[in-house]
Amino acid sequence: MKAPLIAKAVLSPSVLLIAVCVYGYIAFTGWLSFTASTMMTTLTYSGPEAYVRLMGLNNWILSVKNLGIFATLYIVGCGILGLLLAVLIDQKIRAESAFRSIFLYPMALSFIVTGTAWKWLMDPSIGLERSMHAIGWDSFAFGWVKDSDLAIYCIVIAAVWQTSGFVMALFLAGLRGVDAEVVNAARLDGARPWRIYQRVIFPQLGASFISAFVILAHMSIKSYDLVIALTNGGPGRASWLPSLFMYQYTFTRNEMAVGAASAVLMLIAIAIVVIPYILRETRGEGRHV
Amino acid sequence: MSERTFATVWPRVLLYTLLVFFALLFAMPLYVMLVNSVKPLDEIRAGDMMAWPHELTFQPWHDAWSLAQIGVQATGLKPYFINSFLMAIPGVAISTAIGALNGYVLTQFRFRGAHVVFALLMFSVFIPFQIVLIPMARTLGILHLAGTVPGLVLVHVVYGIGFTTLFFRNYYAAFPGELVRSARMDGAGFWRLFWRLLLPNSGPIIVVSIIWQFTNIWNDFLFGASFSDYSSFPITVALNNLVNSSTGVKEYNVHFAAAFIAGAPTLAVYILSGKYFVRGLMAGSVKG
Repeated sequence: MKAPLIAKAVLSPSVLLIAVCVYGYIAFTGWLSFTASTMMTTLTYSGPEAYVRLMGLNNWILSVKNLGIFATLYIVGCGILGLLLAVLIDQKIRAESAFRSIFLYPMALSFIVTGTAWKWLMDPSIGLERSMHAIGWDSFAFGWVKDSDLAIYCIVIAAVWQTSGFVMALFLAGLRGVDAEVVNAARLDGARPWRIYQRVIFPQLGASFISAFVILAHMSIKSYDLVIALTNGGPGRASWLPSLFMYQYTFTRNEMAVGAASAVLMLIAIAIVVIPYILRETRGEGRHV
Repeated sequence: MSERTFATVWPRVLLYTLLVFFALLFAMPLYVMLVNSVKPLDEIRAGDMMAWPHELTFQPWHDAWSLAQIGVQATGLKPYFINSFLMAIPGVAISTAIGALNGYVLTQFRFRGAHVVFALLMFSVFIPFQIVLIPMARTLGILHLAGTVPGLVLVHVVYGIGFTTLFFRNYYAAFPGELVRSARMDGAGFWRLFWRLLLPNSGPIIVVSIIWQFTNIWNDFLFGASFSDYSSFPITVALNNLVNSSTGVKEYNVHFAAAFIAGAPTLAVYILSGKYFVRGLMAGSVKG
């Protein structure tokens, strides 16, 4: 049915809000990144100098390098652990829903909450290190969170712990959709279980792998809360990510144009990951009677 | 039935060993939060975070709730906990209602450019919010909503519409067309079709939307940290201020109790309705 006026009237406030507060604001921030805005905004065009300055800043280079480490390990870690958990759960086990619930509960919690728990757990003066000493493993040392070179790996650990259950749920949905007849045929042919996974089941999980990748990649670029709660970007600036850089330069260091430029680059990184995915998902859709 | 030999039993033993190992690993931070929230501070400092408490005390919970210094005054988490509810309840209700109407319009009527609207809507749920922080801060200032709970409600509604619309759109897209057609034949107009036919059949997706939005809004930190002040901090910002304030003695037990209080509402929602939580995750990700 063609949309009557009332239908358009109901939809238009949302369209307007999204147009202004998402795309309009993106355009505004994009414009700011080509100005010389500091604490006060100026709207005069001043060329790409904020980007030039950004590229020369050690804090930005460090943030991007950290994101590279974090995103790679986070995606790979969650992918492997999530797939492993999904396969374990899919073995017709007892208490399946209990296990599933335990692996997934961190997703219900704020990163600030879990970050607080991990912060003290990984603190060598009271956390895990002390516990290991208490059970007699005296040489155990785990002070990464205080080490400039290693703090970023603590964030990886906590983030993988938090999101692996989600990836498990994604893969589990995929596994449950695998064609049972093909699997049975392979079993009757005498193929070993591992071979069946490798040759028959995993190749059918293409869609789950793509979804998991896109979601994890975009989450890693947006990661902010966990870093704030766990290390607050420290020691020093050692565990900064672009999201922290943006906030610091915009709101604390009063370099708004540089902060805006960093936000634009974050958006572009996400767009590269997400747009092909959206085009794939929306192809042939959006036309409903 | 095959015999229970070593060869048939050991893979199951290995399987359950692995599952239990991972379950303990996943439960560990929650366990640490709980047991250390009921220990005296000396006991935590003296030793082992994994250990069961020797001496049970609920003082840390009391401190975290009503005594800890977060804002200007030592009020504990209580006012911020209330702020979060004042922010989440209208935020969830408004964004879910708008999402239901949008989903209805987008699926039951033909539009020019519906394709484009849908793609733009879907992209909006992925954007890094850093890209909107500066102009949104200015907008809230102009509207005199900077540093207020209603300001946070507005922000969460605006950036929640994308999710809720997608939930309802995908749900209504699968709604039986014959029912809609026959209701129209009977003369049902725009509102009656929605109120009498679609909405009464939307129970599950309404629950999914409410849970998803509640979890997202309650757990938000970035908007809270950017757009609130001492009087309007949501609980996540208050918790972070408590834990990361550099002054004074680090009261780990109070921090753990505070973290647990901050996490309790979403954890309760998860335990009570895990099935819908998972559905929301899936709907919010796999199918835009």
